[in-house]
Amino acid sequence: MEWEAVIGLEIHAQLATKSKIFSGASTAFGAEPNTQACAVDLALPGTLPVFNAEALRMAVMFGVAIEADIGHTSVFDRKNYFYPDLPKGYQTSQLFHPIVGIGHIDIELEGGSTKRIGVTLAHLEEDAGKSLHEEFPSMTGIDLNRAGTPLLEIVSEPDMRSAEEAVAYVKKIHAIVTNLGICDGNMAEGSFRCDCNVSVRPKGEEKLGNRTESKNINSFRFIEKAIKGEIIRQIDLIEDGHTITQETRLYDANKDETRSMRSKEEANDYRYFPCPDLLPIVIDDDYVEQIRNCLPELPDARKARFIEQFKLGDYDAMVLSAYRELGGFFETTANTAGDAKLAANWVMGELSKHLNQHDTDITVSPVTAEMLGGLLLRIKDNTITGKIAKQVFEAMWAGEGNADEVIEAKGLKQVTDTGAIESLVDEVISDNQPQVDQYVNAEPDKRGKMIGFFMGKVMQASQGKANPGQVQGLLKQKLDALAN
Amino acid sequence: MSLDRSDVEKIAHLARLNIAEQDIQEYAENLTDILDLVDQMQAIDTTDIKPMAHPMDAIQRLRSDAVTEGNQRDHLQTVAPAVEAGLFQVPKVIE
Repeated sequence: MEWEAVIGLEIHAQLATKSKIFSGASTAFGAEPNTQACAVDLALPGTLPVFNAEALRMAVMFGVAIEADIGHTSVFDRKNYFYPDLPKGYQTSQLFHPIVGIGHIDIELEGGSTKRIGVTLAHLEEDAGKSLHEEFPSMTGIDLNRAGTPLLEIVSEPDMRSAEEAVAYVKKIHAIVTNLGICDGNMAEGSFRCDCNVSVRPKGEEKLGNRTESKNINSFRFIEKAIKGEIIRQIDLIEDGHTITQETRLYDANKDETRSMRSKEEANDYRYFPCPDLLPIVIDDDYVEQIRNCLPELPDARKARFIEQFKLGDYDAMVLSAYRELGGFFETTANTAGDAKLAANWVMGELSKHLNQHDTDITVSPVTAEMLGGLLLRIKDNTITGKIAKQVFEAMWAGEGNADEVIEAKGLKQVTDTGAIESLVDEVISDNQPQVDQYVNAEPDKRGKMIGFFMGKVMQASQGKANPGQVQGLLKQKLDALAN
Repeated sequence: MSLDRSDVEKIAHLARLNIAEQDIQEYAENLTDILDLVDQMQAIDTTDIKPMAHPMDAIQRLRSDAVTEGNQRDHLQTVAPAVEAGLFQVPKVIE
């Protein structure tokens, strides 16, 4: 039988506010335990929440960006459950009147087609603290620094039909929130995490199958793997005559599998009700329009502009528009170097490789966009070869100065003096008589390939500094003269 | 609407309340009385009346996004029964 997967996603994006959603404690990552948890976050008696205006503005920005209905009156509700890292005994969230209503985004599929994915809603809520179960033998340690951090939970329609579509959707939402500057998008630190709802049904069937929810998956690759694995697991079970239990599952990246966490039958009854400590949030059209007018360029628009303005290919434009900082870095590099294609290659190649290897954020890259642009200028004006440029890049990364300083200090300037190159070429030809004989005796149409050997020798002799075009020209001229 | 013993037991469990066996019947009756009162109010026709969140029709005031609370850990943890390495200590939650 042919099966079809139905996938819906819930994304939690941590909003990039300085302070918490209902208190004035800091949201900075990585502080000592409980040093950023104030009386409100600890739910001490007598404390009351006061809503953060910036969290509201960021949520509305997202709503406007996905062309959603904005709730002019939205209400906070209490989601009641007991867990030690939730001091109030409830999470302040939104159920009945969320801030962002129905919207949509378009994802690009393989082959260049696009698909519209519905966003059901996005609501504001607070994060819980962290429980540390392994540090102590008989106790659980509680760190409440994260408690009260603002989250935007973005809920999709079950519109996706494959793991690839799901990942394309998550990447697009990630690109939107990071380009808007409302979320740092750091998945490793948990600023952007994803729950995947997956079910399968026979192709053509309308009725949805029982679904499972895999929680808190924190990388694009794991999302794809978790969904693929879950689809196969469900199909295997059904084909073996079993039924799917509606349950919450946990993705284990080490084993690359999901396992049951709790089934929905015994799931909590959250007893939602409107939070009496918070009044309805009322916003007007002017407020929404002001935000609409100040919205930064969105990934789709930026991608289209990169294709139009810089003549980039579809793929390059998509990668470079996925992060605001990456796109900005590319633009500055391209404008400095006056060559967009070269800039795109270096930003996506050498620069990205170094950022990954050194786990460095692009905003603190030791090689700035201006420095990289300056390096590319020296490739373009033939001061250095592409190969030497990589060496210069390494030196710039190590803090040895800008491109011109490194080239000067290390004496890497390309040799374009014909006399100097000619003597190297002559030397290589006389030192490699057997290869010269082979060349001379070869069919003329085979000789083109054979010249590579001599190229390598000359470049090696010049320590990579000889101009490759000149070397090739001279080699061909001299070898062909011997052949004829 | 009336609540029976098992409803009371379930609500108590969800709220993590430890209630005495002999009190369950009384709780069930009292809670049922409250729900009866709600039923009486439900009978009133409120078709054209807008729900109200506050008697003065107030709306939520907002605060600006500024960090106003510094590290008060030592002070706040004086009321905690158990603390170690800056963490609040609670009985082990998972096995």
